[in-house]
Amino acid sequence: MHIVVCIKQVPDTKNVRIDPDTCTLVRQGVESIVNPHDWYAVEAALLVRDQYGGKVTVLTMGPPQAEEALRETLALGVDEAVLLSDRAFAGADTWATSLTLARAITKLGPVDLVICGKQAIDGDTAQVGPGLAAHLDQPYTTYARRLELVDGCQLRAERVTDAGYELIQMPLPAVVTVVREIGDPRMPGLKHKMRARKQEIPVLGAADLGLKPEEVGLQGSYTQVVRVFSPPPRCDRKMLNGSVEEQVEQLLNLLKEAKIPGL
Amino acid sequence: MDYFLTEEQQMIKEITAKIAKEKVRPVRAELDETEEFPWDIMKVLAQSDLFGVYLPEEYGGLGGGVLENCLAVEELGRECIGVATTYAASGLGAYPILLHGSEEQKQKYLPAIASGEKLAAFAVTEANAGSDAGGIQTTAQRDGDHYVLNGTKQWITNGGEAEVYTIIAITDRTKGARGASAFIVEKGDAGFSFGKKEQKMGIRASATRELLFNDCRIPADRLISREGTGFIVTMKTFDVSRPGIGALAVGLSQGALDIATEYSRKRVQFGKPIISFQAIQHILADMATETEAARALVYATARYIDSDAKDISKYSAMAKLFPTDVAMRVTTNAVQVLGGYGYMREYPVEKMMRDAKILQIYEGTNQIQRNIIGQELNKEYGRIKETFF
Ligand SMILES: Cc1cc2nc3c(=O)[nH]c(=O)nc-3n(C[C@H](O)[C@H](O)[C@H](O)COP(=O)(O)OP(=O)(O)OC[C@H]3O[C@@H](n4cnc5c(N)ncnc54)[C@H](O)[C@@H]3O)c2cc1C
Repeated sequence: MHIVVCIKQVPDTKNVRIDPDTCTLVRQGVESIVNPHDWYAVEAALLVRDQYGGKVTVLTMGPPQAEEALRETLALGVDEAVLLSDRAFAGADTWATSLTLARAITKLGPVDLVICGKQAIDGDTAQVGPGLAAHLDQPYTTYARRLELVDGCQLRAERVTDAGYELIQMPLPAVVTVVREIGDPRMPGLKHKMRARKQEIPVLGAADLGLKPEEVGLQGSYTQVVRVFSPPPRCDRKMLNGSVEEQVEQLLNLLKEAKIPGL
Repeated sequence: MDYFLTEEQQMIKEITAKIAKEKVRPVRAELDETEEFPWDIMKVLAQSDLFGVYLPEEYGGLGGGVLENCLAVEELGRECIGVATTYAASGLGAYPILLHGSEEQKQKYLPAIASGEKLAAFAVTEANAGSDAGGIQTTAQRDGDHYVLNGTKQWITNGGEAEVYTIIAITDRTKGARGASAFIVEKGDAGFSFGKKEQKMGIRASATRELLFNDCRIPADRLISREGTGFIVTMKTFDVSRPGIGALAVGLSQGALDIATEYSRKRVQFGKPIISFQAIQHILADMATETEAARALVYATARYIDSDAKDISKYSAMAKLFPTDVAMRVTTNAVQVLGGYGYMREYPVEKMMRDAKILQIYEGTNQIQRNIIGQELNKEYGRIKETFF
């Protein structure tokens, strides 16, 4: 079983400011972290590997510093890491990103399962996972909270929905994105961390992946950010004050006024 | 301060600190309340390879020494010394085997302790043998190729939870101090069971329990070293383990200082944050200075022991005595800085002050540490021919 996890290094959005003029993130001086949702993807891969055997490779596309993010995942017991880094990759949208990652996965192959976090906290598109599946021409599911192998060649996933969960079964190779319910990411191990410090991380560029400059980065992107803005609030909001009991009382009255059935 | 730690030592600190912050801090108040044994946390520490930091690589450890152990203990202790004691006591149980065990005993027991698959414990204390270990009444009688143990150990940390116990029992009462021997007992040995679990003032997450030996038959090869060396094994074990108690104290003091300082910057009285009052600043300054001095002493002693020095008893006693007295003062002052809030269970310093007290009692009370230091001084100066005045 070869599992590839795609991760992204993102600015620590707990500590970022938005530039009021351009409406974009001020990235300068902001620490980079592994996209928090991707830790669940790493954990999911390690859980599958622990149970069924095999190896886990973590993959990221990013600047040379993104190697740090890869080493952090190696400290959790990930087997290998590959960095996709090339000036030509800069400015990639979700199409160009997923194409680049897909090519790398094909090159790493054969790969049985690709796992991504549900979305990245900087772009929040949640498109790269499904995009990868499209480029790889593989079945996929999103928001999985549990993964299980059936007969060694099928993946069964519990997909979280607003109403509960869907049970989805599909043949491998496949792509999934996972949510936090998959389980808390494990703590780093000392032996893994020592190995991670020295482990060689191959760096691949566009040429290594057989991609032309016009297929990657800004040039290979079909979408363009025209404007970034805060959406207007969706509806009126009312803040309740007072003790918990008083607030419950007020809430109940408001719900009754709104003629909510059953009240 | 930069203590010029190696990259590996730095990693031990970082990983333990992460576990302490993310896995210990959120549950410490609950563990204190329920006195539940922190198995979940022990499993995480095991998965992160932390149980073997001080054990040689040939037994599955990471090849570090006393300093590595102290670093891990300190970081855990910063969040909860109940949890940290549980971790440290496993090392206390392993040291007699590491220092005095046969090659077979090391091969048999250390790898499982290093991996954290099994916890260990060390048992000397009995109802009538506390500071005076000479009062031990538990006996081990040779019977062919077995020993038969009878007696009761009390207040044994990790009792009931550990799988491997190193215990001290009398093999020949006529020989006095040379009549005690150290043995390895396994959970599950016939005739070995557990008695009362204590309810304590502090470190309530740690288990403190009686060990009952009732015609407990163990193979003769469970004897550590030779018959009659029980007290030597005990002393040598404490010589290397005591800086670990100092490290618990440094961690606890640091944790209390962190909270007191943060709080005093936020708490406003008389229109100002209370840290702007010199009276508060001076309390914090003493807390910080004493904590740093304690840390420096613990690290220096640990490094000295790791250099294979022989004359370590005095320093190791100092590295337990000073930091633990500091921890008592620092945690008491942390409560003072937080005022009434500090006295409430809702704030963590109340537990820290309760927890601190044990550090001045176990692994030899601080009176006993002063005895050791005093006796060593007497010996040392007896050997010196020159005069100083
Ligand atoms: C929570 C907890 C965990 C423990 N864990 C373990 C464990 O894992 N293994 C183990 O073997 N033991 C353990 N102990 C026992 C611990 O080491 C003893 O409690 C300690 O050595 C003191 O013995 P005592 O309590 O009998 O006090 P005592 O020896 O009765 O001392 C009472 C008082 O007299 C003072 N005193 C005694 N003799 C002298 C002297 N000669 N000079 C000056 N003052 C003196 C002491 O300092 C103390 O203040 C634990 C104890 C506790 C409370």
